[in-house]
Amino acid sequence: MSGFPILTVMLAVPAIAAVACLFLNAQGARWLALAATFVDLALGILLWANFQTGDGAAQWQFVEHVRLFGIGGAEFAWALGIDGFALLLIALSVFLMPICIGASWLSIEKRVPEYMAAFLATEVLMIGTFAAQDLMLFYVFFEGGLIPMFLIIGIWGGANRIYASYKFFLYTLLGSLLMLIAIIYMILTTGTTSIPALMQHDFPAHVQTWLWLAFFASFAVKMPMWPVHTWLPDAHVQAPTAGSVILAGVLLKLGGYGFLRFSLPMFPEASAQFIWLVFLLSAVAVVYTSLVALVQSDMKKLIAYSSVAHMAIVTFGLFALNAQGIEGAMMVMLGHGVVSGALFLCVGVIYDRLHTREIDRYGGLAINMPRYAVLFLLFTMASVGLPGTSNFIGEFLSLAGLYQVSTLYALLGTTGIILGAAYMLYLYRRVAFGDLTKDDVKAMPDLDLREFAMLGALAAVTLWMGVYPESFMKPMRGDVEKLVARLERAAPAGDSAPTVGKPAPAAHHEAAPAAHGEAH
Amino acid sequence: MSPIYFIVFLPLIAAAVAGLSNKAFGSTFPKLVTTISLFAACALSWPIFISYLGGHAEPTISPVFTWMLSGSMQVDWALRVDSLTAVMLVVVTSVSFLVHLYSWGYMSEEPDQPRFFAYLSLFTFAMLMLVTANNLVQMFFGWEGVGLASYLLIGFWFRKPSANAAAIKAFVVNRVGDLGFMLGIFGTFLVFGTIDIPTILAAAPNMHGSTIGFLGARFDTMTVLCLLLFVGAMGKSAQLGLHTWLPDAMEGPTPVSALIHAATMVTAGVFMVCRMSPMFEQSAVALGVVTFVGAATCFFAATVGTTQTDIKRVIAYSTCSQLGYMFFAAGVGAYGAAMFHLFTHAFFKALLFLGAGSVIHAMHHEQDMRYYGGLWKKIPVTYWTMMFGTLAITGVGIPGIFGNTAFGFAGFHSKDAIIEASYAAGQTSAFWVGVFVALLTSFYSWRLVFLTFHGKPRWAGSEHIQHAVHDHHGHSHDDHAHGHEAAEDEGAGHTPTADEILHDHGHEGTAGYHPHESPIVMLIPLVVLTLGAIFAGFVFHGFFIEPTAGENYWHGAVAFNEHLMHAMHEVPVWVKLSATIAMLSGLAIAYGAYIVSPSFPAKFAEAFRPLYLFSLNKWYFDELYNFLFVRPAFAIGRLFWKQGDEATIDRFGPNGVAKVVQLGGGVTAKLQSGYVYAYAFIMLIGLTAALTWVIAR
Repeated sequence: MSGFPILTVMLAVPAIAAVACLFLNAQGARWLALAATFVDLALGILLWANFQTGDGAAQWQFVEHVRLFGIGGAEFAWALGIDGFALLLIALSVFLMPICIGASWLSIEKRVPEYMAAFLATEVLMIGTFAAQDLMLFYVFFEGGLIPMFLIIGIWGGANRIYASYKFFLYTLLGSLLMLIAIIYMILTTGTTSIPALMQHDFPAHVQTWLWLAFFASFAVKMPMWPVHTWLPDAHVQAPTAGSVILAGVLLKLGGYGFLRFSLPMFPEASAQFIWLVFLLSAVAVVYTSLVALVQSDMKKLIAYSSVAHMAIVTFGLFALNAQGIEGAMMVMLGHGVVSGALFLCVGVIYDRLHTREIDRYGGLAINMPRYAVLFLLFTMASVGLPGTSNFIGEFLSLAGLYQVSTLYALLGTTGIILGAAYMLYLYRRVAFGDLTKDDVKAMPDLDLREFAMLGALAAVTLWMGVYPESFMKPMRGDVEKLVARLERAAPAGDSAPTVGKPAPAAHHEAAPAAHGEAH
Repeated sequence: MSPIYFIVFLPLIAAAVAGLSNKAFGSTFPKLVTTISLFAACALSWPIFISYLGGHAEPTISPVFTWMLSGSMQVDWALRVDSLTAVMLVVVTSVSFLVHLYSWGYMSEEPDQPRFFAYLSLFTFAMLMLVTANNLVQMFFGWEGVGLASYLLIGFWFRKPSANAAAIKAFVVNRVGDLGFMLGIFGTFLVFGTIDIPTILAAAPNMHGSTIGFLGARFDTMTVLCLLLFVGAMGKSAQLGLHTWLPDAMEGPTPVSALIHAATMVTAGVFMVCRMSPMFEQSAVALGVVTFVGAATCFFAATVGTTQTDIKRVIAYSTCSQLGYMFFAAGVGAYGAAMFHLFTHAFFKALLFLGAGSVIHAMHHEQDMRYYGGLWKKIPVTYWTMMFGTLAITGVGIPGIFGNTAFGFAGFHSKDAIIEASYAAGQTSAFWVGVFVALLTSFYSWRLVFLTFHGKPRWAGSEHIQHAVHDHHGHSHDDHAHGHEAAEDEGAGHTPTADEILHDHGHEGTAGYHPHESPIVMLIPLVVLTLGAIFAGFVFHGFFIEPTAGENYWHGAVAFNEHLMHAMHEVPVWVKLSATIAMLSGLAIAYGAYIVSPSFPAKFAEAFRPLYLFSLNKWYFDELYNFLFVRPAFAIGRLFWKQGDEATIDRFGPNGVAKVVQLGGGVTAKLQSGYVYAYAFIMLIGLTAALTWVIAR
């Protein structure tokens, strides 16, 4: 692959297609967008296939570097390159994009060319965010991703779309400005914009604290962590189906990616210092948002709140600062990306038929939409972390990592599996089970081929990740090792601290007659 | 290729084929595929079990592939077979095959048969993954897999609100146990650095005196780990506190109750404790808790079982109670006896459930024993097979007190072994609980037989029977469902003095209804299981609990305590007789109360009304949990949503900012014009300005 600027091509294809869409009619724009996203998917597969893993593999691969300009000693460059984390998240993005286009095929009727252009722009910015090796470039992609999303919600959204997009904007803006200041400070003090270089740089501890907080402001909103999560339910509810898919599927991962790429490797001491804060907010999020999800009557809101709870497992895992925690967090991100995307798609499928997200308007869909019911069940089960599905791997590993740091938080985090089961099964029951009584619900046809293909692809990946997650864990293993090695100096000792035991005394049975004293 | 691959994966393939083809090729094809696969799995399992009985087979591990690899944690898909697994293999595949077969008849009116058979096979696969697990995480996979299948099968009639509620309840309550199980796995990994079961068990004896921090305090390491794992076992095996889902699970079709909620899944907790027994052996406290919880459940469930009127619920509580026996056997260190009771119980309890199903089938889906009576002549095969099941569960047999070989029905050997072992282990209170519960077991089991098969027919009072008599055709499960529900609601409404109804002469009579014996396809499983109920105890007791034969058989698969097993045989004669005496007393009371003097139960219930209601209402656990957990969860959720998110975070957060900005007037008012392009534009400008300022500074 040497020499072929695959990452740039992956950015260029949707970028050019986005511009071209604007000059086409609706049907042309649809087909072009679909073609462009499939090309990117193919390139993504190529990328993955050529990604080296194991001993001797470079940390950064597919590196491209073109110097752009220099200001005040700092060099700005078109610098791209990926490690395992970036690879996986790029793969997730290019996998979800054709599905998003497919989900919008019929449901979007107004301003289709602009809509497709916005989605393709989102793809560019997402891939760019994950591939950027230059700090300023990263920032531009990272914050730029807001704009098309903002437009998608604001133009093609539901009734209350302006409020939602405005809220989305306000929240994210506040966080990113603080991050921008931190980024500029970092560039000025180190004289480099290279992310790989900065990941090796040791900032003084007191500086780390402030930089960490500034980045945290941005990433916490993006995650979103409690209490800055309230933009998410509104954004999801108002966004069109595909907007929700990409929002939950990829944009929510930007926060987690930010922690992985910046907070943890660049500020290890500060990360360790703020574990208490992250854990506290995550624990509140798991319990609080799960309970809120339980009482929702709007499907999208319910799944949005469940996303907040799932993302809390990500932050738990990341800040456990050990291999299981970090790998688990990545797996939750990937799994949640696929599964919550699929769940929003499931909502979209029935929304397209009945034009309501009100849970109580449905019921008994298992009778007239059996294929839909089966797939919806699979994603419901994946969402509650059933072993054999993608989310289990992530949740299990994150929580296993968390347990090594704090048993109390592990207990609180694990309550999510109970509450998660409660709200998801309660949702499923109200939608798919029960008797089919309402006439308009009776008239709903089962999945058509387009919908079946989209959900089927997501289902296959969900099971693949659950049964053979090694495909996904292998590319990031080396990066996790490096990160854990870097964090080692700051990683806290857990509260378990088991002491070494002795062999049981030979006369053990006589020694403890109270419990099971056998009469010898 | 080892046959274990076929045993485990044939049911999975069958489930997939049956589920995906659904009704495409008619419903016979999926039924055939699943039933034949299960027959094959069963036929392959018995030779494995027999080879272990011969004492020649070593444990084997058949790898599949790596599941997870994270840091130092390696989790493999692999199939372990040893003598403990072998027991479970035959239990699971045999009962599952018979239940598949039985369902051909029982579910024949059901339009959704492919789905049903697919679920059954899926369940079997998950259960087999559980029992062949070589590491804790695969065990958890099976654990959750059976939970899923149980959820799906309880909610099989998903049009029924009560079935849906029961399905969710089963899943969520089990998840509470899973929380413990998961924490137990995390802790075990932390302590031992592996989740590989043989490695953990080998290291466990060296953990004496080790302590560990948990939730801010320090405890004995093995106690913490064992108790966490045991919480998982309590959920799956419906032990006191986490038992509330099991009686409700009777909403599922009766074959499901036989397979999942009697013979196999609910015993997974017992299996887990036995599998991890070398760990439990290291913690006296944990074993004490296991004994206590087991004995408490055993007693609790038996008391509730004495007053229930739904035939399936009586058997469900009976199951719960028998699981309690198994746990307290494990708790006193008699793992062999626990597994033995698990083994025999699988046969006679599956038999009782399938028998009950046959009765329900004959009585047109009526499940209330108050409307049965006098059935023995009408459905003789069902009657006699259930009679043998009852003889087995109540533990009828001749104790070996005169130097003779003890001989009796299956439950006699296994239950008496547990009671004697608890005495031999010095657990006198557990022993007395065991004996007293033997009396209760006998009472409620015979009560079931007498109410169902003896006395005068009381069918006229049943809505289902009325329904059948008036409308021979066009019945569907749905109608029955509603009828049943109505009956239940009524029951809940006027706090029924259940047994009084028996003497309301208005309900007596047959109403012109003629119950029919079930078809042959349902009777074959009954007869096969009857053979198990009669002989399983006598034939196999040597391998499970005899000191030398047992040691040879178990071969380290469980922490087999030879000394205890010796001591068990040396207990005084009165101890050996106690269970039999208790059994006979229970029979005598039931005979007196339901045959000789049928008005007695009502009078008794009247005289001890609070006690009666306490039992009838299942010790008010459901009410308590609703009050403590369910309603608060919804209330707090609403509070967080309305008061937390909307009234606090949004009000002072984005909306507050918006208000301040609005007050700011002119420029910002335009900003909120709603033209989203404007936002984007302003943002870009801001971004550029900020950049320029800092960089050019």
